[in-house]
Amino acid sequence: MSEYQEIIAQLRDTVAQICDQYAGEYWRAKDRAREYPGEFVQALTDAGLLACLIPEAYGGSGLPLSVALEITRAIHENGANAAACHAQMYTMGTLLRHGSDEQKARYLPGIARGELRLQAFGVTEPSAGTDTAGITTTATLDGDRYIVNGQKVWISRAEHSDLMILLARTTPRNEVSKRTDGLSVFVVELREALENGLTIRPIRTMINHATTELFFDNMPVPAENLLGEEGKGFRYILSGMNAERILIASECIGDARWFIKTATDYACERKVFGRPIGQNQGVQFPIARAYAQTEAADLMVSKAAELYDAGEACGAEANMAKMLAAEASWAAGDTCLQTHGGFGLAEEYDVERKFRETRLYQIAPISTNLILSYLGEHELGMPRSY
Amino acid sequence: MKVLVAVKRVVDYNVKVRAKADGSDVDLNNVKMAINPFCEIAVEEAIRLREAGVATEVIAVSIGDKSCQEQIRTSLALGADRGIQVETEGAVEPLVVAKLLKGVIEKEQPQLVILGKQSIDGDNNQTGQMLGALTNMPQGTFASELVVDGDKITVTREVDGGLQTLSLNLPAIVTTDLRLNEPRYASLPNIMKAKKKQMDVYSPADLGVEPKAHLTTLKVEPPPERKAGIMVASVEELVDKLKNEAKVIS
Ligand SMILES: Cc1cc2nc3c(=O)[nH]c(=O)nc-3n(C[C@H](O)[C@H](O)[C@H](O)COP(=O)(O)OP(=O)(O)OC[C@H]3O[C@@H](n4cnc5c(N)ncnc54)[C@H](O)[C@@H]3O)c2cc1C
Repeated sequence: MSEYQEIIAQLRDTVAQICDQYAGEYWRAKDRAREYPGEFVQALTDAGLLACLIPEAYGGSGLPLSVALEITRAIHENGANAAACHAQMYTMGTLLRHGSDEQKARYLPGIARGELRLQAFGVTEPSAGTDTAGITTTATLDGDRYIVNGQKVWISRAEHSDLMILLARTTPRNEVSKRTDGLSVFVVELREALENGLTIRPIRTMINHATTELFFDNMPVPAENLLGEEGKGFRYILSGMNAERILIASECIGDARWFIKTATDYACERKVFGRPIGQNQGVQFPIARAYAQTEAADLMVSKAAELYDAGEACGAEANMAKMLAAEASWAAGDTCLQTHGGFGLAEEYDVERKFRETRLYQIAPISTNLILSYLGEHELGMPRSY
Repeated sequence: MKVLVAVKRVVDYNVKVRAKADGSDVDLNNVKMAINPFCEIAVEEAIRLREAGVATEVIAVSIGDKSCQEQIRTSLALGADRGIQVETEGAVEPLVVAKLLKGVIEKEQPQLVILGKQSIDGDNNQTGQMLGALTNMPQGTFASELVVDGDKITVTREVDGGLQTLSLNLPAIVTTDLRLNEPRYASLPNIMKAKKKQMDVYSPADLGVEPKAHLTTLKVEPPPERKAGIMVASVEELVDKLKNEAKVIS
C-alpha cells in the first residue's frame, strides 16, 4: 500500500481542488433544475480520474481499487457527488474481464480518454426488481445480429452515455436447467440504438440522479457486441458488482465524513442558551457515535478492497462494506440534520440535499435486505429465505 | 532557458494552526501539509513558460527534511521536469535558505529563478531579496505579470501605489504575488509520470554551506482572542467612539 501513499495524497488534493471549483451553489442549482453536472464530470475526466482503473495498456492509469476508492471517497468528503460518473470508472470492468481483444481495443482507449462514455448498466427491470434472473427482456439471434425487446427501469446516466452494458435473456427460461443460465451481456451503442428501437425516458426522483427507463422495440445489436459466451451473462454481471459495491461504499464513507465535519463545525459554532450546542452531550454524542460507526465501516471497505486487489473472493466483504458504510452515512446524515435544527432543512446548508442523496445507498445498487439474506445464507449457512 | 523554482512545505492554508502546549512551536502533529501557495504560483508560472516554448527545463528545489520530497513530487506532478532536495534538519531561516539556493544556482546555472514572495508559515518575505543580494542577480519581487523577451524579462510588480514595471537582464530572480496566475491541479496521468522523474538530494555541505542559526524562537503563542464587536447606530456615534474610546482619530 505504501507505494501509493504519495499518489493518494496528490489525488486527494486534485479532487479537493476540483470540488472547490464546483462547490455548494453549483450542486444546489443542478439539484433544483434536476440537471446533469456535466461540467464537474468533464473536470474529473480531464484530470484522468475516471480512467484510474483502466490498464495502462489501454490508456488508463491501471490503479488498484484500493487507490481508486480514495477518489470516490474524496469527492463525497468534499461535498460533491460521484454518482453522475462513478460508473465510468467501473462499468468497463465487465468489458475488460469478459470482452475479446478486438472489443477491448475498440472501446477501452476511447473510454480511457473520456471520449466514449460507458457509464450505463442495464440490468434492473420493473417486473423483476432484485430478482435479476427473472428479467424478461430478450435478445434473439437473427443472422449477424440480436434483436432486443423488453424494458428496463432505473438505468442511470443512459442519456449521458455512449455505451451501455445490457443484460438480456437469450435462451427462454423454460429451456435452461438453472434460471441464472441463458442470460447474456451486450455492449450497446446508445446513439445508434436511439434511432433503432430504443426509447429513453427520464424518471424524476427524490434526488438529482439522471436515472431513466428504457424501452426496446426490436432494437438490433450486432452479434459481435456480445460479451464472452452466450448464456453466461449472469456470472459476468456478478463479477463486476464487487468493485461497484466497494467504490460506492467509499462514497458513503465520504458522505459520512462530510456530515460529521459539517455537524461538528456547526455544533461548535452555534450558540443557544449562551453556549455552543456541541457542549451538550445530547448533541455531541450522536456525532461521536456516527464517527465511530464510520471509521469501523471504513475498515471493512479497506478490507474488501484489499481482498479484491489481491484477486481473492470478496463477495461477503464487499456486501458488508456497502451495507455498513451506507448505514454509517445515513446515521451521520440524520445526526447532521438534527444538529442543524431548522437550518438543516434550509437548502443553502447543503445538509438536506446530501441527506437525500445518501439515502439511496441503502437501496441501490443492492438493498440492505438482500445483503443480509446473502450473509445469512452464504456466510452463516442458514436456509435460503426466498 | 532553464528555470529554477523554489517550493516550500508549509501547513495547508485551510488548517487552523495551533501552538504547542509548551509554547515551543506550532503544533504540526497530524496536520495536513502542502506547497506554500505562493510557491505553487511560481511552479505554475515556470510550467507556463515551458509550455509557451520560452523555458526548456523546469527544476523544482525544496529545502528541508525528507518529507519535503512530497512537495517536490507534487511540483513534478504539476509539470516540473526534475527535482532537487537539499536535506536539512529542523527550521531553516531565510538567510540559510538563500545561501543554499545560491549553491543550487551555481550548480544548475538557471536563467530564471522564481520563488514565492513569502511563505504562509513565517511570512518573512526575505528569501528572494537575500538571494538577489547574494548572487548579484537583478530581482523583481511581488510579480503580477512576467514577460520574457530575449535576454530580458519584464516584471510587473504590485506595489502600494499601483503597478510598477521593471525590465531586468537575465539571469534574474522573481518572486510571485497572488495574482500572477491561477495554479492548475495535477492530473492523474501526470501524478503517475511524476513517480518516474529524477530527484537529486544534496546536503548543505555539497553546496558549500554550513547551516548556522542566527535566530532563536523564544515562544510561540496564539494571538489574543478578538473581543466581540458592537453595532453602532449612526456615523456620528462611530466617529465619536473612534475619537473618544478607541482614540484612533483626533
Ligand atoms: C436512483 C437509482 C438508480 C439506479 N441505477 C441503476 C442502474 O443504473 N442500473 C440498474 O440495473 N439498476 C439500477 N437501480 C436499481 C436498483 O439496483 C434496484 O432498485 C434495487 O436493486 C432494488 O430493486 P427494486 O427497486 O426492484 O426493489 P424490489 O426488488 O422490488 O424490493 C423492494 C423491497 O423489498 C425488499 N425485498 C425484496 N425481496 C426480498 C427478499 N427476498 N427478502 C427480503 N427483502 C426483500 C428489498 O430489500 C426492498 O427493500 C437504481 C435504482 C435507483 C433507485
